[in-house]
Amino acid sequence: MTTVTAFTPAHRRPLRWVQPLVVLIVAGVTIGIPLWLVAVTSFKPQAEAIKPNLSLPHHVQAAANYKQSFDEGKIVQGFVNSLLVVAPSVVLVLLLGAGAAWVFARRKGRLVNTLYALSISGLLLPPAVITIVMELRQLGLAGTRPGMIGVYAGMYLSTSIFFMTGFIRALPEELEEAARMDGAGPVRVFFRIILPLLRPVIATATIMVMLYAWSDIFYAFFVLGGGDKATLPLNLYQVANAQLYLNNWHLIFAYVVMMSLPMVLVFVIAQRRIVSGITSGAVK
Amino acid sequence: MVDTATMDAIDATRAKDRAQDDGQERKSRRTRPRSKANQPWWFALPALAVFGVFFLLPNLLNFVYPFTDWSAFHSQIGFVGLSNFSTILHDGSMARDIRITLEYAVLVAVFQNGFGLALALLLERDTRFNRFFRAVFFLPVLISALAVGYIFRALLAQDGALNSVLSSLAGHHVDTPWLGSTTWTLVVVTLIHGWKWMGLAMLIYLAGLKSMPGDVLEAARIDGAGWWRTFWSVRFPLLAPAVTFNVTTALIGSMNTFDIVQATTGGGPGSETEVFNIYMFRIFGQGLYAQASAMSLVLFLIVVVLAVPVIVGLRRRENNQ
Repeated sequence: MTTVTAFTPAHRRPLRWVQPLVVLIVAGVTIGIPLWLVAVTSFKPQAEAIKPNLSLPHHVQAAANYKQSFDEGKIVQGFVNSLLVVAPSVVLVLLLGAGAAWVFARRKGRLVNTLYALSISGLLLPPAVITIVMELRQLGLAGTRPGMIGVYAGMYLSTSIFFMTGFIRALPEELEEAARMDGAGPVRVFFRIILPLLRPVIATATIMVMLYAWSDIFYAFFVLGGGDKATLPLNLYQVANAQLYLNNWHLIFAYVVMMSLPMVLVFVIAQRRIVSGITSGAVK
Repeated sequence: MVDTATMDAIDATRAKDRAQDDGQERKSRRTRPRSKANQPWWFALPALAVFGVFFLLPNLLNFVYPFTDWSAFHSQIGFVGLSNFSTILHDGSMARDIRITLEYAVLVAVFQNGFGLALALLLERDTRFNRFFRAVFFLPVLISALAVGYIFRALLAQDGALNSVLSSLAGHHVDTPWLGSTTWTLVVVTLIHGWKWMGLAMLIYLAGLKSMPGDVLEAARIDGAGWWRTFWSVRFPLLAPAVTFNVTTALIGSMNTFDIVQATTGGGPGSETEVFNIYMFRIFGQGLYAQASAMSLVLFLIVVVLAVPVIVGLRRRENNQ
């Protein structure tokens, strides 16, 4: 025992500074350099930014860049537009998903199994984006927020139903039984017992849907297009393509900084819950 | 604003159902056994309706429209048989996009998981320092994929940041076309994709490492197993659920990739990074809707034929542990 305790620190001491050193180098090269490039370029005038490099700006014009891309990129409008499609999508995915998951988790029979398998097929199958456009046109929802919300909700319902059904199956049914004994109807049981118990999965699902839908551009292109309903990523695409040959890096990166800050801020504030939310849902 | 209307409608039906339920509850307390409708079907109906209308129906229509001449150029839609498929078959785009998308998916799965696992092992111990750097490596996950693409386009451009750093290191002019090679650019783009999502894979591997039973690791240590031996024989097999989750999400995510490719190469050079979604976007933009949906159907079939067995296999391996 004494040999072990004497041996361990001597053996471990070199490792103790090797690990932080490796972490610092890896983080510096893989994360530091790209973020540094974004930051310095967004401070440069166009002439300096046209060939993006890591050197400090000779002439700092941060305020002008940020203001210009704020105005041209319609940051506020884009933010509101993003919020108006992503937030309702998340709410729909969670609320409708929880209702379906409760039925799928508790009821038995072939019909339940078939519908469950169908509902989680979206985990694997790709959304048929081209025919979505056709269908939305016929429904009169093309280029509208309800259309976009429906498409996002349809895409992510499978994920939330899958996670929530697994979670509810692991919950003891006695809690619901007890409530029913006390005379609570299904609506009451669902809102008072099931939904509060689902809180950890709700966190996971919210984060996952936010991560994908907030930065989505592909489906937004097809459903919303440009115009006055464009979301933040669509606006970034328009800023970047406003000039031929992408020579407005100073504006692009000013936009990237402004558009990423809300997500980073949310993460910094709710870091612990987000991390535990992602991991508790995924590895079960 | 229709969404709030539908929400109101849902609320209204809820309220009505609640009223009805209460009525039934009162009645059933006297007459029926109450096990009847503990979880009534209508709880599942809104989800099934939304999923059916916005996901299943388009996928069903996707088996119809590829056989028509639906396009921006005429208002009538008529059936034309297999001509869209013969077009994409004969111009080589179908075979090329299948090959590129599959290469892309496999490379992303390898990079994303390799980086994620390496970071998880590097930052495994729960110290303040490690917790901070876990957050740092998670930053790319929070940045939108399109923005990530632009960042690397600036970094890897021929007169961009990386080449100027390499030039000053090497002492002579370096102008490697990182995004201009018909062979290697696909690898570069998948590395970027792996970079963007490695933080998420890292978190999931960290959770897997943390949930490992202590007595098994203790037993391995007592048996004199070193770090590598413990890792390969004990810890890695126990990570199977995390591997399944990460490989699955990487494969599915990268088969539907668009943003990073569009922002870095736009499908080039010479269409050598043209994945399915880039093709659909381009052809749809040209107004050839039916042809785009033919490619969409090919993607659907590829995913069904290839991804499903992979995932079933991974899950089976996991259950055998």
